[in-house]
Amino acid sequence: MAQSAQLNASILKKVAMALSGIFLITFLALHVTLNFISVLSEDVFNEASHFMGYNPLIQYVMQPVLAFGVIFHFVMGFVLTAQNSAARPIAYAKYNGAANASWSSRNMIISGLVILAFLGLHFYDFWFPEVSYKYIAGTAPDATRYYGELVHKFHSPVRTGLYCVSFILLGFHLWHGFASSLQSVGMHNKYSRFLSKVGLWFAVVVPAAFVIIALFHHFNN
Amino acid sequence: MALDSKIPNGPIADKWTNYKDHINLVNPANKRNLDIIVVGTGLAGGSAAATLAELGYNVKAFCFQDSPRRAHSIAAQGGINAAKNYKGDGDSVYRLFYDTVKGGDYRAREANVHRLAEVSANIIDQCVAQGVPLAREYGGLLDNRSFGGTLVSRTFYAQGQTGQQLLLGAYSAMNRQIGRGKIKMYNRHEMLDIVIVNGKARGIIARDLITGKIERHSAHAVVIGSGGYGNVFFLSTNAMGSNATAAWKIHKKGAFFANPCYTQIHPTCIPVSGDHQSKLTLMSESLRNDGRIWVPKNLEDAKAIREGKKKAIDLSEEERDYFLERRYPAFGNLVPRDVASRAAKERCDAGFGVNKTGEAVYLDFAAAIERYGKEAAHVKGLNENDKALVTKLGTDIVKSKYGNLFQMYLKIVDEDPYVTPMMIYPAVHYTMGGTWVDYNLMTTIPGCFSIGESNFSDHGANRLGASALMQGLADGYFVLPYTIGDYLAPDIKMGPISTDLPEFVEAEKAVVDQIDKFINNNGKHSVDYFHKKLGKIMWNKVGMARNAKGLTEAIEEIAALREEFYKDVKVPGSAFEFNQELEKATRVADFLELGELFAKDALHRNESCGGHFREEYQTEEGEALRDDDNFAYVAAWEYKGKPSDAVLHKEPLNYENIKLVQRSYK
Amino acid sequence: MKLTLKIWRQKNAQDKGGIVEYPIDGIEPDMSFLEMLDVLNEGLINKGEEPVAFDHDCREGICGMCSLFINGEAHGPDRGVTTCQLHMRMFKDGDTIFIEPFRAKAFPVIKDLVVDRSSFDRIQHAGGFISVNTSGNTIDANTIPINKDDADKSFDAAACIGCGACVATCKNSSAMLFVSAKVSQYALLPQGKVEAVDRVLNMVHQMDLEGFGNCTNTGACEIECPKGISLENIARMNREYLAASLKG
Repeated sequence: MAQSAQLNASILKKVAMALSGIFLITFLALHVTLNFISVLSEDVFNEASHFMGYNPLIQYVMQPVLAFGVIFHFVMGFVLTAQNSAARPIAYAKYNGAANASWSSRNMIISGLVILAFLGLHFYDFWFPEVSYKYIAGTAPDATRYYGELVHKFHSPVRTGLYCVSFILLGFHLWHGFASSLQSVGMHNKYSRFLSKVGLWFAVVVPAAFVIIALFHHFNN
Repeated sequence: MALDSKIPNGPIADKWTNYKDHINLVNPANKRNLDIIVVGTGLAGGSAAATLAELGYNVKAFCFQDSPRRAHSIAAQGGINAAKNYKGDGDSVYRLFYDTVKGGDYRAREANVHRLAEVSANIIDQCVAQGVPLAREYGGLLDNRSFGGTLVSRTFYAQGQTGQQLLLGAYSAMNRQIGRGKIKMYNRHEMLDIVIVNGKARGIIARDLITGKIERHSAHAVVIGSGGYGNVFFLSTNAMGSNATAAWKIHKKGAFFANPCYTQIHPTCIPVSGDHQSKLTLMSESLRNDGRIWVPKNLEDAKAIREGKKKAIDLSEEERDYFLERRYPAFGNLVPRDVASRAAKERCDAGFGVNKTGEAVYLDFAAAIERYGKEAAHVKGLNENDKALVTKLGTDIVKSKYGNLFQMYLKIVDEDPYVTPMMIYPAVHYTMGGTWVDYNLMTTIPGCFSIGESNFSDHGANRLGASALMQGLADGYFVLPYTIGDYLAPDIKMGPISTDLPEFVEAEKAVVDQIDKFINNNGKHSVDYFHKKLGKIMWNKVGMARNAKGLTEAIEEIAALREEFYKDVKVPGSAFEFNQELEKATRVADFLELGELFAKDALHRNESCGGHFREEYQTEEGEALRDDDNFAYVAAWEYKGKPSDAVLHKEPLNYENIKLVQRSYK
Repeated sequence: MKLTLKIWRQKNAQDKGGIVEYPIDGIEPDMSFLEMLDVLNEGLINKGEEPVAFDHDCREGICGMCSLFINGEAHGPDRGVTTCQLHMRMFKDGDTIFIEPFRAKAFPVIKDLVVDRSSFDRIQHAGGFISVNTSGNTIDANTIPINKDDADKSFDAAACIGCGACVATCKNSSAMLFVSAKVSQYALLPQGKVEAVDRVLNMVHQMDLEGFGNCTNTGACEIECPKGISLENIARMNREYLAASLKG
């Protein structure tokens, strides 16, 4: 008599959301490490960036996977949010959400939308020029251009400001998202409690590092 | 009409087994041609509905709550008795039987009680199998605690929510049958009358409480498991919705009502705080395992405490009167409920009460905290003389045992019971009386059965702690499923019963008329106004201690109040909508009749026994004085148009296995 | 105490409904919240107005019938209590108190503050049981020793009173805490493990059909739950479901 598990079951959707989130968290860890090199050494940064930009495994396997992960996470986020708001057609006249849940946990869609908007800007800044450089214009590889391009982008105080604000919202998103993803995949024990604490550090350290990178390049040049 | 209790012959230990062996059975293929209505979904109704459906009958179950799980059995805290003798402390079926009969002050039917004790062990097996998380010891086996009125540990429990866990067990069994389509569940439906066709119960009239629609439901038998009538007192530990309507309606159609005056006043309840009070909250009797009950020895101290000039903890040991330990050295704080309640009332009446109203005694855990704390310190190899440490360790242990009860007390009274003693006072809790049933649990209406608290059979004049849950489940899981088959066996070829029969039409019309009368009455006062007045009469004159004068007055006052009620009650809204005032009106109308019969029964019983205490009949020490020569019978009342005209029928109680003696807990 | 009540009034399921304001006086701090509403209703009846309908029964915090959303929180501002155990001493003289029904698509309003929570029942019909016959002819209760820790955890999950505060509180109207408590109670016991796979699949399927939202782990349910049911149960159900879907 059992129902068989269905892919659109609420729990499986949440698990998928969590797994894509965890995947993006590992990506973020990589991204921030690479970027932080730019603060420390121009040459190493150029070298690392060049490797990332021309390694076929990264370009043709990892990049599409990442793109899928990002798109999936966003689309799923919208679908779940739409379903969740449909689950309460008449809103409360008074709803004291702050009494029992953190701001970041209640506003993942807001922090998520800010991150989405930021991604638009980020793609406009880096990814489109990169694609056009490599695949449309077909310009020859230049292993020394990355640092300069990076620094150039942080000239504008407006852009630097937008980046910093987005990083802070990213911090909020991670503050809830990291621990939440562990709970969604069913982890609730001493390891997950430890990892959740790591998650809180991650949610502070990673966005802070991004902010430092942005400000460093803004003020350093 | 002579009462036939249909008790089987033979030695008491074999009666039930032999009876089951020779009872009529219904073939499984025929069970699906038989419909049974179950009214009420507490432990009795819920377990009966599940079991009958499982056997193959088509069950229609009714509850007025929004889900069967909310029946008031859920509020039972302490535990459930079973003669498992897991502790090896000398328990046995006979001892449980004996304790229950003695606890009931020798006013219960021996054969029924023995059967109850026999099936008690099965209940625990059954509940564990269905996933009820009863308390365990570290070795993984079931734990027990002891309860008032017994000398063995036979009470199984699930923290302070045994009732909830057992009810959820029965509810889960119902869910399985609802899922299979064998139980059709009618939530938010209230039975307002029974339908009798050719002398047999064949259906009910119910009101859909959401739409107000009056519905006819037919069946081959009707089972009433609608609980007790404690709310006749307005203030009781019963739920706000607990009512006697189903039981009273069958009484008016021919079911005798037995021993209405046997009411249990539970000793450990949170005292009344003011006129706004809507109900009383019980603190589990299990607290008496570790709490010591006392009042000040001197009247001046009691007065100072009432005026707020002194606190309980200001009084030294010598200035305290542990009156239960003083009067009943053998059982101490663990005397049965009726004895403990009366002793508390006696002290308060004498001026030793400790709250503003003078109606409260202390329940003190300081000694237990110290005892447990020392033990824990010893086990952990810490300093047993460090007072702060001992208090902390002891508090932790008391918290683990009664944490939820202490928290409940704190929320209601706003005083921390770990620091200052609790205040408690007796409150109406359970009604031992109810519809008269024979050994088959059938009322004097053929085809109409009554189970759990709504019948009268097992607890005599006083119920021991932790045996209400036992009785409800025994009736529903293990007794009724056999006996109802015996009744239904001749009906297998009958086919469905039409609800167009004139009897249904007539019963429905009476219900509609009553509702219309209430809606169009346009009186001055709300239903609660009358209910509270009734409660006051009942508590003051038909409460813990009764006398002929008060009872005579009560009978007149209730009759007058009833008249006033019909003239002056105001029920807003309409009949065809969700209307809680209308629900209350139909219930209070029945309480106003039941209360009068209650007082009449109390007046006729010229003796004191269990929950019925007549001031005229007490020993020199103030203990209940039974009159076995003249009153060792069940008083079953037949309805004759109004409560004052009720006719008394006596079922003599023959004790063949237990010798009648004066109950002594000294 | 003098208070201003802003109460949701709705004649029936079809009615649109709205907030109505009621001033009330003479409230004592020792009253329970429901006794305060009793006073209001008594006054309304005496004035010839319709009293406010609200669900309540045991009034001692165990039946789970009372279901009010008070000042933006399920069962009001106190913790670890149901509405019937909430006392007026939690409020101040002159306060304005919003009183609304538990809101969710799966909990349609019947009248005023009364909602239909039969969706919870239907979830349990789908699998909230162990399929043993109720004949009592089963093994002795002590045949299977149960680790005390598991038994206690199972009990903690079983302490759920099915009031629906978790759904009412959750910004997504998710029923995960309720369903996971039922799933956990059985999953932790050897008796319940036999049907664990079917149970979790069936109950979650029914939960999804009822139109509850998805859990986003905000943790609000655990905080507002009058019985303190732990989020650990949700994690356990997620695990159980994942394992079950890999099997079935």
